Amino acid sequence: MATSSVPSTLEIVRKSATKGGITGALQPSANEVAKLIDVSKCIGCKACQSACLEWNDKVEPVGINHGVYDNPIDLTENSFTVMRFTEWDNPMTGDLEWLIRKDGCMHCADPGCLAACPSPGAIVQYANGIVDFDSDNCIGCGYCVKGCPFNVPRISKVEVKATKCTLCVDRVGVGQGPACAKACPTQAITFGTKEAMKKQADTRIADLKSRGYDQAGLYDPPGVGGTHVMYVLHHADQPQIYANLPKDPHISRVVQAWKGIGKIGGLGLIGLAAVAGFVHHAVMGANRVTAEDEKKGAKVQEDQV
Amino acid sequence: MASLAPTFGRGAMTNSWTDIKNTDLVVIMGGNAAEAHPCGFKWVTEAKAKRGAKLIVVDPRFTRSAAVADFYAPIRQGTDIAFLLGVINYLISNDKIQWEYTKAFTNASYIVKEGFGYADGLFTGYDEAKRDYDRSTWEHEFDENGYVKTDPTLAHPRTVWQLLKKHVATYTPEMVERICGTPKAKFLKVAEMIGETSKPDKVMTSMYALGWTQHSKGSQNIRGMAMIQLLLGNMGMRGGGMNALRGHSNIQGLTDLGLMSNLIPGYLNMPVEAEVDFAKYMGTRGFKPLQPGQMSFWQNYKKFFVSFQKSMWGDAATKDNDWAYDYLPKLDVPGYDILRAFDMMAQGKMNGYFCQGFNPLQSFPNRAKSLAALSKLKFLVVMDPLETETARFWENHGEINNVNPKDIQTEVFSLPATCFAEDEGSLTNSSRLLQWHWPGGDAPGQAKSDVWIMSQLWLRLKALYEKEGGAFPDPILKLRWPYKDTNEATPEEIAREINGSALETLYDPADASKVLLEKGKQLPGFAVLRDDGSTTCGNWIYSGCFTEAGNMMARRDNSERDDWGNHPGWAFSWPANRRILYNRASADVSGKAWDPKRKLIEWDGAKWAGYDIPDIAPASKPDVVMPFIMNPEGVSRLWVRGMMRDGPFPVHYEPFESPIPNVLNAKIRGNPVSRIFPGDLAALGTSDKFPYAATTYRLTEHFHFWTKHVRVNAMLQPEAFVEISEQLGAEKGIAKGDWVRVSSARGFIKAKAVVTKRIKPMICDGKTVHVVGIPIHYGFIGAARPGFGTNTLTPFVGDANIETPEFKAFLVNVERIDSGPAIA
Repeated sequence: MATSSVPSTLEIVRKSATKGGITGALQPSANEVAKLIDVSKCIGCKACQSACLEWNDKVEPVGINHGVYDNPIDLTENSFTVMRFTEWDNPMTGDLEWLIRKDGCMHCADPGCLAACPSPGAIVQYANGIVDFDSDNCIGCGYCVKGCPFNVPRISKVEVKATKCTLCVDRVGVGQGPACAKACPTQAITFGTKEAMKKQADTRIADLKSRGYDQAGLYDPPGVGGTHVMYVLHHADQPQIYANLPKDPHISRVVQAWKGIGKIGGLGLIGLAAVAGFVHHAVMGANRVTAEDEKKGAKVQEDQV
Repeated sequence: MASLAPTFGRGAMTNSWTDIKNTDLVVIMGGNAAEAHPCGFKWVTEAKAKRGAKLIVVDPRFTRSAAVADFYAPIRQGTDIAFLLGVINYLISNDKIQWEYTKAFTNASYIVKEGFGYADGLFTGYDEAKRDYDRSTWEHEFDENGYVKTDPTLAHPRTVWQLLKKHVATYTPEMVERICGTPKAKFLKVAEMIGETSKPDKVMTSMYALGWTQHSKGSQNIRGMAMIQLLLGNMGMRGGGMNALRGHSNIQGLTDLGLMSNLIPGYLNMPVEAEVDFAKYMGTRGFKPLQPGQMSFWQNYKKFFVSFQKSMWGDAATKDNDWAYDYLPKLDVPGYDILRAFDMMAQGKMNGYFCQGFNPLQSFPNRAKSLAALSKLKFLVVMDPLETETARFWENHGEINNVNPKDIQTEVFSLPATCFAEDEGSLTNSSRLLQWHWPGGDAPGQAKSDVWIMSQLWLRLKALYEKEGGAFPDPILKLRWPYKDTNEATPEEIAREINGSALETLYDPADASKVLLEKGKQLPGFAVLRDDGSTTCGNWIYSGCFTEAGNMMARRDNSERDDWGNHPGWAFSWPANRRILYNRASADVSGKAWDPKRKLIEWDGAKWAGYDIPDIAPASKPDVVMPFIMNPEGVSRLWVRGMMRDGPFPVHYEPFESPIPNVLNAKIRGNPVSRIFPGDLAALGTSDKFPYAATTYRLTEHFHFWTKHVRVNAMLQPEAFVEISEQLGAEKGIAKGDWVRVSSARGFIKAKAVVTKRIKPMICDGKTVHVVGIPIHYGFIGAARPGFGTNTLTPFVGDANIETPEFKAFLVNVERIDSGPAIA
């Protein structure tokens, strides 16, 4: 097991929608942890998906075959991680490459979900970098989904709460690595301090370069302050080929505006809007989400990616 | 395993899983280790990450193994022999041979008898009517002492070397491309990478599984690679070897224990009818060395056999009754393999069937035939931890099990059994490792252990014989039954019995005053076995697994010396806890390691010693006693004499159902000596009606037909599908996720279409060949969506030597349809 020993204290350093809780970036420290996903070692066995469901005690319904190996076809309120299979013809070599990326929460140093969250304490970040949802405080509004540059959180239909990978904070808190890393048969998923994982990535990148992958590299995008889930990619210059992994993710301007300068004025506007809304509701009745609204929502999401 | 034994002497994976990390080059061909053996595959990942090893995958599909390979080459299924003989041709033409090894440790210099020949795809002695050879010319020339004549210069035209050179000359890179569809440049790249390991300090490991065995010439596929590994000097080396990856966690144990109709535990043979008495049986089992000074370890056959008989019948097996030889059944046919059994059943010649831990309705070829066969039985007993389709074969499930229960009179008994996690015992994995396991939970409901069920069966049979007598009750009545609780032997008691013990005090043959082992003690290993009835041993190759020191299989010391991956203190590996077979071949003729960085055992002037248990008597002089001690020759066999039914060398034959004719010998269909029953011959299809080359396989997400019962696995791959290329999809108007109907001459299935770049059309003999890939896991019971049995499509013909069905290469047609199966 490549999981190196990591500090197991869980000190909360940031809380959503809490005064003083969201200012400043996460302070880089030796306590930061990371999960390193080495795409070049992954055989797509889905042991991580299985372990994730088992550890989190979730049940994913038996679906259908969609004409691909991916199943479920997307992240769900129960499946916090999925393997995404991409068949890519490498234009340089003319050879097919089967790129298999384990998708899930990246645990950004500067998390867009936390920035977007309007509910106090529903999203927290620990000193070790893990970003976690506290369902007791979650109002299921879905802002975190919009705020995430990776389109990760999902809203459960029954409980109306946001869910996502916790980086097995309950395991990490007692000195264990995440369930997916434990289950991975090829050590494509490893866990340790961020520093150790970066060093490990270096040796992997050197190996890949020796095999002709000149652009092999580490995915630790600076636009979100770096992440606590990192990838070793054979083609780090083109992350998009790995099932649309964003090339330069950052928190959407809408969220930045809403949480930044706009917030003060915004709060006043909200007050006005609440009054106006009440009047509108009383007169016109409840709003319905139209297909047009859905499209616009999807567009916003795409723009962010 | 019917190929490794004739080549090297033993039919098992030669190295260990953990040893794979020591390799320089992994060739995965005839298997898909990342898909079917993901946990073992970690050692490939280790070799790549830590040693910079390279991985080659040769497969009709770009597989999960290919996803992490350094080089991938496509091949049409069923043409592996052409590819492998092409590699041998390349190695010989380009002088990529480990000469010293080949000359010393193989039979390259052996002279073959005059009269042996090969022409038009056939060896001498072929009888078309019998579909069999008279193998009398497939022999060496012997001198007056009975030793094989050799020509160390290899110049004699009838040396194995010269015959081999001639035999493979046909398989040029152009011919490989024409037959296999592998582009010449890709074939040459693979051959070149393989050829690099002819250097004494470079090794290659071959990892294969059912992709090689499930063909009508499966044994010869494996022979092809075994010969390559010998020419490269990769056998007996750390990181080398022929690594046969087993398809079930304990299937190695199954063959080791002889659970086949023609075997006795430890690869002894069940007598045949012609062997009317023990003297006759032993008459052909002398195993006199064929070169001076060789060990020819099977010379001890009688010790193994007599000790086995003592374990079966104890005091009733005596010298006077030839150790109860008459108690053993005598085979009237070469073997009652599964194909023969179901053919007999279909003809009404077999009335009852015991099905312990497997699901033939899903597993055997030509499902319609299996259904008809089971329907003719008077009774069927199914012992299984799970509900199986076989136990419920009489139920109607619409299209996917279209029977009328009213028409079926078979009485079915379902005996719920415990599963591996609910009982204690050992499992033998691919690398011959016997690992003890303990129950992780209690058995549910009325489930009983297999041992309890079998014990009760015997007790009841015995009571019936006692009461009613019978034609020959002795084998049942006199069975040795030394267990504390008569009702149920414990796994530990059985393990101790398999290991064996001394029935009398054993004295040193060299010094009669010296006691080797006191009466009643557990044997330390097979070296002390006797043929005078003073030892008992259930399976000689397992002897040493449960000694006076305790249960060696329960050991869990995972330390290793110099990080080389042998872990001698972890469980017990047969034979004699040896981790790498033929390890004496890791050193040159003088006894020095070929590669000082890969020392395994070396000759220190007086004895063999090193990292592993020497696979040779420790005092054997290095220049006299050769490494392949199980073979009377002492060396390995590039040419296997008359030991395989279909030839001393492999030959390319097409599958029985092939998209193109045999370009070398157009008249020959399939393997000319594969047995095929008349009805099954009629049920073969041709490429005019069934134009596509189909193959079947497993998916990582599932294990056979077990895990479809498990909700998580069912969710990960919920529904039956088939894989086709984008080109075939375009041609047939099939898109991702569409329903398709796949048909063969034996039936049809309906499944979802996965249209993929990972399958590409190949050009074979000028014709475009489309591959259709069909996973096997679906049925009408379980948590996954109900699906057709893939075996609905597969042909009822097997390997010429071992009858493994040809699941990997057959013909189908594919059509787009509007909806899925109609399920009642």
